[in-house]
Amino acid sequence: MIRYIIRRVLFLVPMLFLISMLAFALVRVAPGGPFDKNRRPASPEVEKRLLAKYHLDKPLWRQYLHYLGGILQGDFGPSLKQRHHSVNDIIAEALPVSLVLGGLSFSLAMGIGIPLGFYTAIGKGKLFDYTGTFISILFICVPGLVLGPLLVMIFAIQLRWFPVGMLGSAWHLVLPVLTLGIYFSGRIARLMREGMLNVLYSEFIMTARSKGLSETRLLWKHAFPLAIAPVLSYSGPLLADLLTGSFVVETIFQIPGLGIHLVNSSLSRDYPVIVGLVILYAFLLMLLNLLVDVIHAWIDPRVQLA
Amino acid sequence: MLILRNTLESLSGVFRFLLFCLALCLAGCSKMEERADLVICNGKEPESLDPAILTGMPDGRVALALFEGLTRYDPKDSSPLPGLAERWEISEDGKTYTFFIRANAVWSTGEPITAHDFVWSWLRVLHPDTAADYAGNLYYIKNAEAFNTGKLTNAAEVGVQALNERTLKVDLVNPTPFFLELCAFSPQTVVPRQVIEKHGDRWLHVRPLPSSGAYELVYWRLNDRIRVKKNMRYWDAQNTASEVVDFVPVNTATTAINLYETKQVDIIWDKDSIPSELLPVLRKRPDFHRFPVLGTYFYRYNVTRKPFDDPRVRKALSMAIDRKKIVEKITAGGELPANFLVPPNSGKYRSPEGLPYDPEAARKLLAEAGFPDGKGFRRFSYIFNTSREHQRIAVELQEMWRKELNIHVDLKSVEWNVFFRFQTELDYDLARSSWFADYSDPNTFLDLFMSNNPNNRTGWRNERYDTLLREANGLSDAVAREKVLQQAEALMVRDELPIGPLFIYQGFNIWDPERITGAYTNPRDEHPTRTIKRLK
Repeated sequence: MIRYIIRRVLFLVPMLFLISMLAFALVRVAPGGPFDKNRRPASPEVEKRLLAKYHLDKPLWRQYLHYLGGILQGDFGPSLKQRHHSVNDIIAEALPVSLVLGGLSFSLAMGIGIPLGFYTAIGKGKLFDYTGTFISILFICVPGLVLGPLLVMIFAIQLRWFPVGMLGSAWHLVLPVLTLGIYFSGRIARLMREGMLNVLYSEFIMTARSKGLSETRLLWKHAFPLAIAPVLSYSGPLLADLLTGSFVVETIFQIPGLGIHLVNSSLSRDYPVIVGLVILYAFLLMLLNLLVDVIHAWIDPRVQLA
Repeated sequence: MLILRNTLESLSGVFRFLLFCLALCLAGCSKMEERADLVICNGKEPESLDPAILTGMPDGRVALALFEGLTRYDPKDSSPLPGLAERWEISEDGKTYTFFIRANAVWSTGEPITAHDFVWSWLRVLHPDTAADYAGNLYYIKNAEAFNTGKLTNAAEVGVQALNERTLKVDLVNPTPFFLELCAFSPQTVVPRQVIEKHGDRWLHVRPLPSSGAYELVYWRLNDRIRVKKNMRYWDAQNTASEVVDFVPVNTATTAINLYETKQVDIIWDKDSIPSELLPVLRKRPDFHRFPVLGTYFYRYNVTRKPFDDPRVRKALSMAIDRKKIVEKITAGGELPANFLVPPNSGKYRSPEGLPYDPEAARKLLAEAGFPDGKGFRRFSYIFNTSREHQRIAVELQEMWRKELNIHVDLKSVEWNVFFRFQTELDYDLARSSWFADYSDPNTFLDLFMSNNPNNRTGWRNERYDTLLREANGLSDAVAREKVLQQAEALMVRDELPIGPLFIYQGFNIWDPERITGAYTNPRDEHPTRTIKRLK
């Protein structure tokens, strides 16, 4: 197991290297550049200096080598748009915010989704199943773009229970966490229900039941750990997604997370920020997938890590 | 059994860890952020607060709270008032200014602000390595352009020098009637040499950051807020109205208005932060302020492409536009239809009338140019940066040109950066455009279309136009100058039309006159923070 983990972690390095190279090249394919704007510098010379300052006048492969050199020293370069902030500054400032928002939303999604899926599966065909399934599908069908403004309208503007947006206290997080978490709770409920149903009709459960094992014990100790497998597989990428921010929710609630940076930097062709955030996302994604695999092996004896 | 126990243990371990994280998060977040005395919704997140580098209005608003120039804006009409200079003398030919800096002008960290600081700050803007977009605003100073473009390397030859600690002498190329106003503008403010030389690009991260304006920087959190507090050592500190001010960047207009309605923000300055769908409702409220600003909406022709190289074609297109319909039907904010470039209120200047709305004459012109009833006129494209308002205006233009001239235009919505790249590379037929004044003088609009101006972006080069502008700016008599400027503008909006002007912008602000004092509306949409206070 330990050797497996070490191998996977070592594998991260060439993958990240490849991803950084691809991202670096791909962002340059997009038309327009970081310094295109309504008010141009007073003279072309000024513009040339600007490009030279950020090494944008050199051939792409040299820019990349320069960039790589920076990364190896832990420096992701300067932002071309926020010219006093480095990519490191941006990540240091926005990542914790996204971690909090994403972590809470993830917990909420799991907290609602798992029990909802679990109980709708057990009560298959009963009223609770229909209601629960309806709710989970409703959650999936109402995107954050709709749910967010709706929650704001009801709870922030009409009832004034929570602030409209911005960060400041735990209260500020309630609506954004709900908006972000509820959608995923629906998806998780669906996955959990599917997983549970699959397990409930498998032979070993039948056998256990016919042997007279108590229903609670059967469900919780035998079925649940296997039924949660699809949710687990899904939760790796989901958590990576949530932890690196959500543009929609951050925009609606005015939250200074990573999502806004990711979208805005793409729009403004802020190359170092885009590439830096892509690397961060890829890193988190691979790490969490590894974690999921390890947990899988832990839970399910049939899974062999090799 | 063992596996099960392991499973549960590991799950509960993970769960405990998650709970721990949650607790940590909540503990971290629940430390309440004290509300500032004044919270301003400040439009887009500033790209920079460095007066030499910034170009955006939101950036400038914060920078001017932190750094001051020789003059500062009057909040009522944005005219220049004495700032760090208590007085000045202007030579008879209007080309030499001598500024006398206040004895009590000090940085927020206590050191005196001297004339040498000003020389250093201005030269920094001009130094090619700074790559300041606004360096052109200092070109009115002798040898500034040569120094900025690298033709002159000796900074001592630039026409700004410190005669002593408190006296600054500035030599200009021409008598420049708007020079005092430029001195209040962010590129000409004084910045802390002591910090910038030591920390380079990261100087704004230094705390305490020496500031020369009414406020000092507390923190700048991207996409969250910029917090400033009163600079107790500011020469006019007794008149600084608010102690702590937050500048909040907002990404969407809906969020901005929600924050305002629930009193999380006190003021909205930018038009972009007001949802256009709500305008009909908001317009009737006492906290909605509407006023003409120094900004023009127009479109550019690429005159290097056929058939737009023919002025008759450009005129025809422009004369087929019913501008009144556009401002009434689409923008609907009380905008002034314009067939000229320079907005009213640019000093005492009055623009000449441009070409009228006259579809009949337009058709005739088009026929003269070889396209009777639009026959043989190639399909062309009109680009605009993605926005609903631009889109609606473009659709209207498309329809007008089709109806009146029987010509067909394809509309192309493009991303912001790509939009300007197309313009710079003259890779377009027609492009939606706008311009806002840097100072209250027609020159800020007219010099855009001089042959060598990097913001020209039409390919239009007209020697007579250049000569007229140069001549005007060499005149010290204001009336005579305006006459020549009018000739230049007439040449552009009556005879040549490298652009098609559409309307003059209206500025929108939202603030409650019963809760806010010291805020005013003015044509430059310039609102010095130092006078503004929230009552309760």
